[in-house]
Amino acid sequence: MDATTPAICCDDVSVDFDASCVLSNISVDIYPGDFTAILGVNGSGKTTLMRAMLGLIPLTGGAVRIYGTDLPRFRDWSRLAYVPQRLHSAGAVPVSVHEVVGASLISPRRRLPRRGDRLAVTNALDLVGLSNRRKDRFDSLSGGQQRRVMIAAALAKDADIYILDEPTAGVDAESQERITETFRHLQQAGRTVLLVTHELGAFSALASRIVVLGSRTGVGSHVLYDGPPPVPEHLTERHWHHSEEVIARGKEPGLLDPGNTA
Amino acid sequence: MNLLTYDFMQRALIAAALIGVIAPLIGIFLVQRRLALLGDGMGHVALTGVGLAFLVGSAPVPTALVVAALGALVLEVIRSRSRTAGDLALALVFYGGIAGGVMLTALASGKASSALNQYLFGSLSTVAVEDIAWLVGASIVVVIILVIFGREMFAMTLDPDVAHVQGIRTTRLGVLLTVLAAVTVVIGMRTVGLLLVSAIMIVPVAAAQQIAGSFRGTAIGAVVVGLACSVAGLVTSFQLDVPPGPSIVLLSLAAFVVAALIAIPLRRRRHRHPHAEKPVQEHDHA
Repeated sequence: MDATTPAICCDDVSVDFDASCVLSNISVDIYPGDFTAILGVNGSGKTTLMRAMLGLIPLTGGAVRIYGTDLPRFRDWSRLAYVPQRLHSAGAVPVSVHEVVGASLISPRRRLPRRGDRLAVTNALDLVGLSNRRKDRFDSLSGGQQRRVMIAAALAKDADIYILDEPTAGVDAESQERITETFRHLQQAGRTVLLVTHELGAFSALASRIVVLGSRTGVGSHVLYDGPPPVPEHLTERHWHHSEEVIARGKEPGLLDPGNTA
Repeated sequence: MNLLTYDFMQRALIAAALIGVIAPLIGIFLVQRRLALLGDGMGHVALTGVGLAFLVGSAPVPTALVVAALGALVLEVIRSRSRTAGDLALALVFYGGIAGGVMLTALASGKASSALNQYLFGSLSTVAVEDIAWLVGASIVVVIILVIFGREMFAMTLDPDVAHVQGIRTTRLGVLLTVLAAVTVVIGMRTVGLLLVSAIMIVPVAAAQQIAGSFRGTAIGAVVVGLACSVAGLVTSFQLDVPPGPSIVLLSLAAFVVAALIAIPLRRRRHRHPHAEKPVQEHDHA
């Protein structure tokens, strides 16, 4: 693989839900080492784009390639780590923190536990500052701590690309600091990070690039901006202010005022 | 114990011990996947297999195994191919199963109708010598599959999307789990009965998760509860001369109540844990 092969390539991606277009003709290339934030208001399709990149929803048009391989034929999943907002099954059967992190090491290529798994889990929990909670029940942790455990699960995988859905939404200040610190390490280690968020907030100092999704017509989001931060003013004013809700959000730190948390 | 001198009781005890161990091991994944009622549905489908066996005169256990496994596949196809919601797909297959079972049994000879009761609620005396081979064989297959795919199933039930990004074939694994549930139902059909077999998959898990702090701990606890209640329930049934299914299930429910009572002080202590549950704070640095 040469250095110019994108880690993730979205080539003219379109996604429809129930016959209505959600994403139309999105082309974004994420290069190795990029720290990219995908921004947009609620309903702008940023989570949809992320799920499309992971092969979790079918494309209506276009193609996604990971390290040059078409997504349906991509098999090298150990290079990719995904952190959702919350675990699907949280609260059903009790799981320990250790088990949540250890689950990320399971794959069809690693069906049985291996020597070193335990160490990988402990090290990953150390990085997010929660190794002392290893034996606790996952659901006994606060929301922010749970998010850190899920990030630790991704770290234990030692992947090249980290894809995260709103990693700091609803997270307490201490956890937010920890999470930002973890990402600084990832960035310095040259890993590729892609996060979806509605406010850049603490990541504004880290993001090397932002992609703003939105729609001028109300249907079918496309790329409104793709480049280094901050968000250009014409977007923050014209396109973010067309509804009351967005005006309200515009007053929050983050999107309009990247990096300057008052 | 003098009850071991009866051949039929020896066979019934083997069958009860098998279901007591296997059922919670499958049940824990069903609970995690929020499909606790799946076993119930598979029981209804297996009933069609029993009815079919009565009608054509084949052996009930292997016939029910095949029909229940096919029913599991049909269920998964309906779920994945159509927009039918998960629980609606379950309902459709269940109704078909129980209606088919009763219909086929009625079409068979009159004697079959009374035998149906034994399949619905379990029986001490009906575990035939040839059944034991089927039950042991099916149990070994279930355990081998769990050893190979159990950890992937754990990852899938924890979060299917994350599991997908680990390269786990979640759809295929979901089908496999449903088929395993169907096989488990048939393993428990003779002793616990098709109407109650789902309880021995779910109730021991519900009891163990009151106390356990991990998935592994819940699995071990559920197997202990399942095995103890199956064997004790069988012995109770022998002494009281009642069908074993209700005894086993009532004992499991009693274990659940005891576990829930034990859990109350445990939970209180967990909340007092120095590091536990830190509320999200709005920090005001001003």
